[in-house]
Amino acid sequence: MSDRTRSAITLHANGDARALTVDNRRTLLDALRDDLGLTGAKKGCDHGQCGACTVLVNGRRVVSCLTLAAAADGSEVTTVEGLAGADRLSPLQEAFVRLDGLQCGFCTPGQLCSATAVLAEHAAGWPSAATRPDRPYAPGRPTPALDAAEIRERMSGNLCRCGAYPQIVRAVLEAARDTAAEHAHTPETGAADLEESHA
Amino acid sequence: MKIPAPQHSGAVGVARPRLEAPDKVAGKARYAADAAVPGSAFGYVVTAPVARGRVRHIDSEAVRGMPGVVGVLDHRNAPRLNPEAGNFFGPDGSLRLLQDDAIPYAGRPVALVVAETFEQARTAAAALRIDYATATHDTGFAADHPSARPASTAFGPDAEIGDVEAELAASAVIVDERYRTPEQHGAAMEPHSATAWWEDGRLQVLDCNQGPFTMAMTLAVLLRLDPAQVRIRAEHVGGGFGSKSMLGPHLVLAAMATTVLDRPVRVTLTRAQVFQTVAMRPATEQRLRIGADTDGRLRALHHEAAFAGSPIAEYVENCPEPSKVLYAAPAIRTRLTTVPLDILPPYSVRGPGLTPGSFALESAMDEVAERLGMDPVDVRLRNEPAAGPVTGLPFRGRNLAACLHEGARRFAWHTRDHRPRRRREGGLLIGTGMAATCFSTGALPSSATITAETDGTYTVAIGASDIGTGARTALTAIAADALDVGPERIRLRIADSDLGLAWAAGGSRGTTSWAWAITMAAAELRAAAPATRPFTVSADTSEAFAALPYAERHAYSAVFTQVAVDPATGEIRVRRLLGVFAVGRIVNPLLARSQAVGGLITGLSTALHEDGTRDRVTGRNANPDFAGYHIAAHADVPGIEAHFVPDHDPDDPSGIKGIGEIGTVGTAAAIANAVWHATGTRQRTLPLRLDRVLEPGRTEGDLPVR
Repeated sequence: MSDRTRSAITLHANGDARALTVDNRRTLLDALRDDLGLTGAKKGCDHGQCGACTVLVNGRRVVSCLTLAAAADGSEVTTVEGLAGADRLSPLQEAFVRLDGLQCGFCTPGQLCSATAVLAEHAAGWPSAATRPDRPYAPGRPTPALDAAEIRERMSGNLCRCGAYPQIVRAVLEAARDTAAEHAHTPETGAADLEESHA
Repeated sequence: MKIPAPQHSGAVGVARPRLEAPDKVAGKARYAADAAVPGSAFGYVVTAPVARGRVRHIDSEAVRGMPGVVGVLDHRNAPRLNPEAGNFFGPDGSLRLLQDDAIPYAGRPVALVVAETFEQARTAAAALRIDYATATHDTGFAADHPSARPASTAFGPDAEIGDVEAELAASAVIVDERYRTPEQHGAAMEPHSATAWWEDGRLQVLDCNQGPFTMAMTLAVLLRLDPAQVRIRAEHVGGGFGSKSMLGPHLVLAAMATTVLDRPVRVTLTRAQVFQTVAMRPATEQRLRIGADTDGRLRALHHEAAFAGSPIAEYVENCPEPSKVLYAAPAIRTRLTTVPLDILPPYSVRGPGLTPGSFALESAMDEVAERLGMDPVDVRLRNEPAAGPVTGLPFRGRNLAACLHEGARRFAWHTRDHRPRRRREGGLLIGTGMAATCFSTGALPSSATITAETDGTYTVAIGASDIGTGARTALTAIAADALDVGPERIRLRIADSDLGLAWAAGGSRGTTSWAWAITMAAAELRAAAPATRPFTVSADTSEAFAALPYAERHAYSAVFTQVAVDPATGEIRVRRLLGVFAVGRIVNPLLARSQAVGGLITGLSTALHEDGTRDRVTGRNANPDFAGYHIAAHADVPGIEAHFVPDHDPDDPSGIKGIGEIGTVGTAAAIANAVWHATGTRQRTLPLRLDRVLEPGRTEGDLPVR
């Protein structure tokens, strides 16, 4: 099926191998949405500036609007539709619902995919610009717990015009805490990080 | 009609997650551009790069043969539109697309290229050669521009009470300053998209908008169709903020294209096109003159405002409104001027009028406090009016003082040293500031239909729109209490123009208007006490609305903030932002708080970041993307506090007011006032850009306290 303008590719989308022939100009975002019917990922700017199209490719977060579908041939792609378990939402998704980490919901799939990757990146010991100099990530040292400043920095590629940021940060913190608890690890995250009210 | 009060103490006032949240976090909620309408072709909009002129030639034939191209629409083959179609303010020339060769503003759609796939349409659109005849344009806004003229009085006449000049002459202190705000964009995360097709003699549209009923009525006028021939649905909408409160160019073009090409057509705007073709808040320039006695009592309040407009559509950016509402003064004068320019006609953006207007008024009030050496909170409390300062009408639920007291208490405002530039942390200057504000509230005519089903559930149908406000969840709670049943027995249908007359999600009047219609229908259903089911009643609030007594109806808030300013870089960080709101009865505390917090964040964004810039040479938007037009991101936003004081509107059956805009309105002034408190320098132009704030020659550790 491939010719000068089209490519036959396979995307492993949320665990399903999906063979398709795509226009070489087609972005991964458009292929997911219009060819595979996975419309959870959203096109907010088509320029990699808003993060609404964020998905995981081979476990890493990418803006799918700046990724050509042909270049993703053979990749494992996880979209928001693939974050939930068989019969329940992921801890992040549940926290977004419970804490109202969304309003219009348009940026939500990108926020969730990004946050999923943030938890993994943090667990893997990746520092960020917000990482405190007195608590560095270093081989052999316990990974410092995520705090609100770390999450705000790491999530800043995902815009939300409704202004759900504080609730999103809280949801990611709670999910991080729950995930950490499941791994029997005691996080440094204190109540002060979670509850920012000055009242 | 006497109905027993509902006994079911259930839904209203209880915090519940939004009903559609599980679908939204799972990627299952379908937005306009997610619809897979079989046989759809894709339309790509072509816009004019010149700000004034005409189309000399469009070489449509050259692209008709390109791969996948289905058709090209331009002014030579597009359906004729009705020039009477418009918006709230009258006929709107920005709706009359592809009708002639005239170009009234840069970004004007001049063609639509339709192809089998998005990529084919985009490529053909890029290849479309258009020759333009360019004329001299004028996009340079200034209050004293020669084309300035009095604005429409759609929101009431200018105020003129007392003798402003005499009161100013008798004042102990006078503030006389000018304030400027730039073009600001709604910038909802969802770009505008519509899919349109004809089916059984009806035009069907899946759109994203703030009010399907009003959109359908306007589209019917525009296309000269019977209103019954038009059906618009918008089940999930990715944000509005005013930008989806009028008929969008995507919808007009999709409707024309499907009519000409006889197949479903989807038109989605690119992000740049959203900035260029969807109305923005206009730039404003305002002058405030305030005179006060030594005890802080105002003698004169003079608020002049000018805003950029367009000769092809009327609009009112009602900046002086807070000066007619917030404070008592023996003399109040307001003047509102529009300056028609070669720009896209502006329209409402979150907190229309009051977002720029309160920035000017509340900045000036802070200057009054400064010159009197008074606490800015006390100055506001001293000028509480007993009735409408201009109208003399009674207030319905005026709880501004409660907001001020509660905000000051939570913020520990009493510990503040009111002198500027007194607090530093290393190289940073720290300051606090506050502002008071209001936003008009009320309800507009709407209708609702309720069916008591045989299985004991109730189907509630209302042409509401949930653009992220939580309307779906709030109205379910309202219906449950009005019918005296649990919310699990309510099935709510919204977002469909076929559901009848309904106001839009706009003007902070959506939930109020819809809740009233539902409450009325529920009362009629309970009065009828049907013996058999299904049983259906409908109610229309038009008459009840007309019978409402005239009164001053507003929501109020007080905003308090702390900022840190780096004078060496000009960077401002908002460290704390607290709003206290009087917004009527709270239907759902979880969702109401989210909306108020979101409003505060939009206000923060307008204060610090948003700067719609026009290139004077080309007349185009110079920053039509999220790199150039920055909106607040995660890292810009601290923990936000929003609190509600007890409040209700005694004339509203549910006691509720709107929350949508009040959160945004007061924030910019509070932040600007805090920046003054930190630095000692007044900032009277938004946004508070680095270059406006930084102190030349300053380096770290070089911070004299004045």
